[in-house]
Parts: sequence; C-alpha cells; structure tokens
Amino acid sequence: MSTEKTYTPDLFEPIGQLDKRAEQLNRKQVGVWKDAWLRFKQNKGALLGLFLVLVIGLLAIFGPLINDYDWSSQNVTIKNQDTAVDGHYFGTDHAGRDLWQRVWYGAKVSLMIAFLAVFLDVIIGVTIGGISGYFGGRVDAVIQRFIEIIYSIPNLIIIILLIMLMEPGIWAIAISIAMTGWVPMSRIVRAQVLKLRSQEYVLAARTLGASHKRILLKHLIPNVIGPIIIAVTFSIPSAIFFEAFLSFIGLGLRPPEASLGVLISEGNGFMQLSPHNLIWPATVLSILMFAFNMIGDGLRDALDPRMKK
Amino acid sequence: MSATEKKEPILSVKNVKKHFQVGGKKILKAVDGISFDIYPGETLGLVGESGCGKSTVGRTLIRLYNATSGEVSFKGKNVHELKGKELKQLNRSMQMIFQDPYASLNPRMKVMDIIAEGIDIHGLNGKKREDRVIELLETVGLNKSHATRFPHEFSGGQRQRIGIARALAVEPDFIIADEPISALDVSVQAQVVNLMKKLQRERGLTYLFIAHDLSMVKYISDRVGVMYLGNLVELADSDEMYDNPLHPYTQALLSAVPIADPSLKNERERVILKGDVPSPIDPPSGCKFRTRCPQAMDICASTIPEWKEIKEKHFVACHLYN
Amino acid sequence: MSKILDVRDLHVSFHTYSGEVKAVRGVSFDVEKGQTLAIVGESGCGKSVTSQAIMKLILTPPGEYKHGEVLYNGKDLVKMSEKEMEQIRGKEIAMIFQDPMTSLNPTMTVGKQIVEGIIKHQKLSKAEAKEKAIEMLKLVGIPSPESRFTQYPHQFSGGMRQRAMIAIALSCNPNVLIADEPTTALDVTIQAQIMDLMKDLQARLGTSIILITHDLGVVAETADRVVVMYAGKVVESGTINEIFAEPRHPYTWGLMNSMPKLNQDRSEELSPIPGAPPDLLAPPKGCAFAARCKYAMKICQEVDPELTEHSKDHRVACWLEHPMAEAYRKEVVEGRESV
Repeated sequence: MSTEKTYTPDLFEPIGQLDKRAEQLNRKQVGVWKDAWLRFKQNKGALLGLFLVLVIGLLAIFGPLINDYDWSSQNVTIKNQDTAVDGHYFGTDHAGRDLWQRVWYGAKVSLMIAFLAVFLDVIIGVTIGGISGYFGGRVDAVIQRFIEIIYSIPNLIIIILLIMLMEPGIWAIAISIAMTGWVPMSRIVRAQVLKLRSQEYVLAARTLGASHKRILLKHLIPNVIGPIIIAVTFSIPSAIFFEAFLSFIGLGLRPPEASLGVLISEGNGFMQLSPHNLIWPATVLSILMFAFNMIGDGLRDALDPRMKK
Repeated sequence: MSATEKKEPILSVKNVKKHFQVGGKKILKAVDGISFDIYPGETLGLVGESGCGKSTVGRTLIRLYNATSGEVSFKGKNVHELKGKELKQLNRSMQMIFQDPYASLNPRMKVMDIIAEGIDIHGLNGKKREDRVIELLETVGLNKSHATRFPHEFSGGQRQRIGIARALAVEPDFIIADEPISALDVSVQAQVVNLMKKLQRERGLTYLFIAHDLSMVKYISDRVGVMYLGNLVELADSDEMYDNPLHPYTQALLSAVPIADPSLKNERERVILKGDVPSPIDPPSGCKFRTRCPQAMDICASTIPEWKEIKEKHFVACHLYN
Repeated sequence: MSKILDVRDLHVSFHTYSGEVKAVRGVSFDVEKGQTLAIVGESGCGKSVTSQAIMKLILTPPGEYKHGEVLYNGKDLVKMSEKEMEQIRGKEIAMIFQDPMTSLNPTMTVGKQIVEGIIKHQKLSKAEAKEKAIEMLKLVGIPSPESRFTQYPHQFSGGMRQRAMIAIALSCNPNVLIADEPTTALDVTIQAQIMDLMKDLQARLGTSIILITHDLGVVAETADRVVVMYAGKVVESGTINEIFAEPRHPYTWGLMNSMPKLNQDRSEELSPIPGAPPDLLAPPKGCAFAARCKYAMKICQEVDPELTEHSKDHRVACWLEHPMAEAYRKEVVEGRESV
C-alpha cells in the first residue's frame, strides 16, 4: 500500500463486531401509502387533476355562498343574460335564474349522485367479488352466471324500469347507476382475491384456524384496496357522465332541479342564441371528467403492484 | 437416534394420496400413496425435486388440502376427521413455516398483529398480548421496536423469523417447515437453521423439514425421506442415507449436489441422470423412476416396487433389493 | 493467457425517487480466453448489475454509468453507441438468464428464435440458418432436434428451455458467454446436466464464461477464477484454489462457514454472518462489511480498504492485509484454525 505512512497504529486496534445493532432495519420507514403518494406526486398530470377536482369540489360547496342569489328563484326581467353583471358571474338562464348558482348547485348534485353510486358499487362489488373469488368452485360458478345474466341485459333497460318504479331523484339515479356499475368492480375484486387466496400469508392464517370472515376481512380485502381505489377513481367520472346522459335524455332529474346533465340539456335548447347556457355547465363537466381520469392514471401508476419492486 | 426408539410416533401417515383434478378429466397424482412416521422431538427431512409432491405432503398433513385417501393420525387422532374443539386444538399443536418470506406475511399488517394472529384466533389471554409478542420477537432474535413495523421493512431472513414467531405464538409441538430457507441467501440460511435447532432443543419441537437442498437437510434432519413423482423412494437415518444410499435416484441426487471444495472436483464419481422428470399427470407404469434409472430392469416397467425395510430403519422401494 | 474482457473501476448507479442507489461501486476484474470466471455474492451485491452493465443492458435512466470502462479486446463497450453494441451483443458476447421461461419469447417457435440471431449476425440464408440451428439444438443435447425446432417454449421443460437458451446464446460462436444464475431455477439433477453441458461446450468451443451465482458449490465445480462481491464492490478475487483453500477476506470466511460441511456434526452450530448487507442508497463510510465483521478494527469504520495484491492472482480488499495489522491478522487466522 502506498499510503502506509498516513495511518497510525491506533487505527488498527481491533474493535470486533460493531453491529450490536445487527438487527437494525435497513430502510427508512416508508409506509405503503406514503410510498404510493411519492409515486403519485411524480405524475404532474395527476397532481393537476387532483387540484382541479379540489377546486371544483370547493366551488360546488362554497360557490353558492359567493353571490346573493339562489339556484331556483327566477327574475324574468333578466333572461338569457350572458355577461356578468350584478353578481351574475355566469349570467342568467332562459328563466332568469342565476347561472353561477345553478352550475355549482348542479355540480354538487352530480358529484353527490356519482359518489353515492360508486359507494354502492363498492359495497356490492366488493362483497360479491370477494365471496366469489374466495370460495371459488360452485359458489363462484353460480355468482358468475348470475353476473353474466345481469350484464347481458342492456343497462338502459334496467335503469328505465327502475326510474319508472322510483321517484326520480338523487337516490333513484344513484341506485340505477349502481345496479349495473358494481359488476366491473366485483370482477376486479374477484380476480385479485382469486390470486391472493393462495398466497402463503393466507395459508398461514388458515393453518392457525382463522375463520373465513377473518381471512376475507383481515387478509384479502385490505390487500385489494389499491385496485379498488383505482377502479373508484375511474367509476366516478363515468357515473357523472352517465347521470348527465340520463338527465339529457330526460330520464334523470327534471328541471327546475339542477344537475350538470339537466343544465346541459336545458342549455342545449338555447345553444344558438345564448350559448353561455351550455358552455358553463359543459366546461365544468369536461374538467371533472378530465381531472378524475388524470387522477385515475396517476393512482394506477402509484398503486399498481406490478410497478413495485 | 434415541428419539426414534421405543416411542409412539407423534404423527403417522398411512398410504396417503392426494390427487388434483386438472383441466377436465385429467388427474394429477401429486402424492400417490406414501407412509411414514414421525417421532416426538425428531426432525424428518423430506427431499425431492420440484413437482415431486413434497410440499403437497406438508399441506395435506396440516389440512390445507384434504387427502384423497389414506390416513394422517396426529397424536392418535385422524386429522381429517377433526371438528370443533379438537380441530382448534390441532391448529394449535401443528404449525407451519412457509417458503417465501415475501409472500408469507400480510403486507398490510403490522408485525405485532401478524405474530398475534394465533393469539387472537384462539383467545390466548394468559398474558398481555403485547408482552407475549415482544417475548416471541426476542425468542427469534428481534426486539420490541420491530413490532410496529410493516413486513416490507425487513430483510428476507428477518421476515422468515417473524413467520417462525407467528407459528410459535400458539405453542405448537409439531412444525412443518416447507422449504423455509430456499429463498434466502446462504449466510442468512444459517441464521434460520440455527434458530430452528435452538427452538427444537429448548422446546422439544418435532419438525418435518421439507427442502431440496440436500446438504442443509442432512445437517438438520435425524432421518431423511426422498420423494420422486409422488412416492417415497427411500427413508433412512440421515447418516445412513448419505453414506449408503440404496435407491438409484437417491444415489443420483446425492452425486448431483455440487460440493464447495474444488479439491474434490475430480475425485467424485457423478451419476448424471438423463432427461427430465416425467409429468405427474401421466407417470410411467411400474416404478416411476424407471425412465431415468441407469439400472432399470424389465420388471420395473410392469410391477410397482414394494416399500420395504431392507435394513433396520432403512426403507426403500426398488426392485434391485428384492 | 490473454485478457478478452477487462472491467476497470466500473460504477453503476440507479436513480430512484428515494435517491441514488449505488449498485456497483468500483468493480474491476478481467476474463481470460477460454476460462470460466465466477462472480459470487448474495442478492443485492451488484453481481447481476455488473453482468448487465457489461452487455450495456442497463436502461439509462434510471440507470447511469458513472465511471469506469469495460474493455472488450481493447475497445471500451461503455462508450459504444447502441448501434455498435448490437454488433457485439449475441455475436461477440452472449448472455443466458436465470429464468429460461421469461427470456424466451412465448409466441415464437424455439427454432425461429435461434435462426433470428444466426441470420442477423452471420449473413446466412434461411435454409443454412435452419441447418445451423438444428445443429445447435443437437449440440446442446436436445433429442429429436428437427421436431423440437418447430415447437414453442411452453412445450419445453425447464431444463430443455435452458438448453435452448444456451443454443441461442452459442449459435453465433460468441467469445464470451455471460451466464446469470443459469441453474438457480433448476433442480439439482438438471443443474448437474446443464453445468456438465456448459463445461463440455466450453472445452469444444473455447468460449470464455462469466458465471454469476450465489452457489459456492457450483463455483467450486466449474470456475477457474472467482470474484467475491459484497455491497457493490469486489472484496476478494483469485484462482479457485486460492479462494477455497486459503480465503483471506472475513466475508469469504463467513460465506464458507455458513454452509454445512458434508460431514458436519449435527450438534455443531453453523456460523451465520449476523445482520444484513448495508443499504446502497447510503453506503457506509468505511468498509461496507465492517459492521458485520467479527475482526473489524477502528480503521475499517473510517476508510474503505483498497483491493490489494496478496499474490499474483489473489487480491483482497481488507485492512487485515495492511502491514500494520500483521500481528492481529496472525492472531485471527490462528483463532480460526483452532476452532
């Protein structure tokens, strides 16, 4: 060694095995969720989506507090006003109602319907998918045939029937969307559970005598949360869109109630003379769809187990 | 081994078969009639190549699979007929350690909850749950600070020890170790093996040690059984097995193990088997090994060799010894 | 003997969102013509990254070649363009992987996969290439190669697939074959077949082999020289006899002691290496092994030891090699022998 002289003998004193902390953990504690957030953060589009959803969500809740009107009172003297005067930021509609109020109220209703529908999706889809995948065999076969039958009926027919039976309203629409919406969710959960149920940690729980309920609730479902969340973020925009579609063809909420779909449908009638009636709600709808899809993409990259090492 | 003398077996396997139905009418005979006993306090090694059915044997013993036929009796009771309280008792006294340290711990549970699972299921409230978990962590060489962590923060060897702590939580007498070290690095394998031996000394545990690493199996086991395509072909004390293998398959298997000593390179005579293991869906007639056996005779194709005790405590199924 | 491949002070890092992982931190070794060099080490020691770096298979980003050169017949592969590398890969240096199932294309017949490489590098006609491919299948011991030629990988067993991989790798007579854990996924009896085949082919074709493995048994039976890696660095290298008969690095001792000997007494404990390798996101200041080393000295924590020559071929990176530690080393070695 050429650098001998720079070392002093005391450096060569034996100190033995240093690692009294031999069992110290190598890695810093990065939780599963924090890890996912770190990945999500890297996706600029997803962050933009999250920002837009938050902005629209806040406006849907607090927007109506900003000016002094409300969503249903009419003022026939100022119909179809397309400029922002007197605090009518978005102008007024054909019946002289404040469009700012109606757009945010409508956005709130649309979001509520969507969240409610997706919530029902998750409850039904996870239960049925989980049971089907976990028990497999005959149980699975029966459930899958049942799902195929439901799925083979055009969902518009089911929805029309349901809406005829129930009073049109937020619940009716949410339930009708969820009636068929849970099927993809149950398929995702079933596929995941089918894959996970032969994992060794599930076998270990079985050898310890764990009940089916315990295995499903403690071991399987918590490990399917990632794919469920991803599916949810993609289901929300499609539920919003579907609500709009139903309202547009007259099966959803009826005016003077407002939702983004109702507003677009109404605005459609005045498209040539007062396009602002259509433009405002349509813009909010488009931004929502775009934003949720961006979030979904980001979450998929962040939570997809295949991306992990 | 003194452990095997004059004692009643803790586990007795009689002609157990486990067949799986694969794709329609085809039947995969993963385990096709095997019998052996395990005595209290001993370690029985079970070796064989992938697909020979050794893991299926372990899983059938602990009821993860139902046996197609045959009987597994544990402490005098047929495990496949247990119900209710007796079944709970079995779940406590027979436990399993798994192969893949990355798949055998639930990634969404904290180490505390993973280890305490058995305590929760069986309502073992003798001590405070937390104290018990800490005690178990210390038994396997970890400590209190690890209890609040998630599995992904641990190395392979540490995870494997957490898996051992989970099994120990219900105070079993018999542990099936299904390839517990094959996914670990060499230096870490020794940590796990030493721990298993220590636990055996201190708690009088009985092990069924399933593995494909023959040198490690020899080191840890009192007796060794060799499997080929769903059958046991040879069973003997481990020194006897390694010094004096009788079955041609055992001989080939032993000679194929690479030895980490270059000076022996040219001294050893190797039997290199030709071809691959046949499919267990459509195994050869007679002796299943005959298609690769360097000493196959006519009778091997027509008759299944009998499982016989050739020498004291040395069983083999081969026509060469008839 | 001439060096066919000379790796000098290679550094490779990966950029992840939690920081720079220094996977290879200054690796040097050379491969001589017709010889087998084994690179041993545990998972995460950088042995696979090293082999992929030689082939320039590291994706940049996230990977980065920080420093060093890989000289193949005097030309630096690290500086070569992707186009130039295409002429090297397969033709001059070929590689086989651990898992033959994922390294073969499942939608293409095995024959076509062999022919592809031959046509690309050897400018043969289709018919000639097919002939050559069947010859290769025969060479690697695949029975009835003509009918196997038209089969798909899933119709092959694990051992057969690895043979097919070897056939593909050797079809263009490469000078160097890099085998990354070629038998880890295989059973012992099949492993013996494949190792035998590789030795046999090497003797016939004169290929140099870099064998990446964690199995000291496989190393002892096949290699001429050994490089022991730990935490992205070479800690010891030498001929097979030097490494197995007189290992000098405490890590190498640890590796050897943690395996049971053939005649190991069952009542004797194995001596594992305690703890786990360091995190390469933040490698320790001194010797990476110091924290787990029974014989560590003060200096080991402070300064990383350099790879120094013990004898012509035998190099060790350990402070025990330093003249000032001579007395202590003697003590240590005597202590080891008396156990």
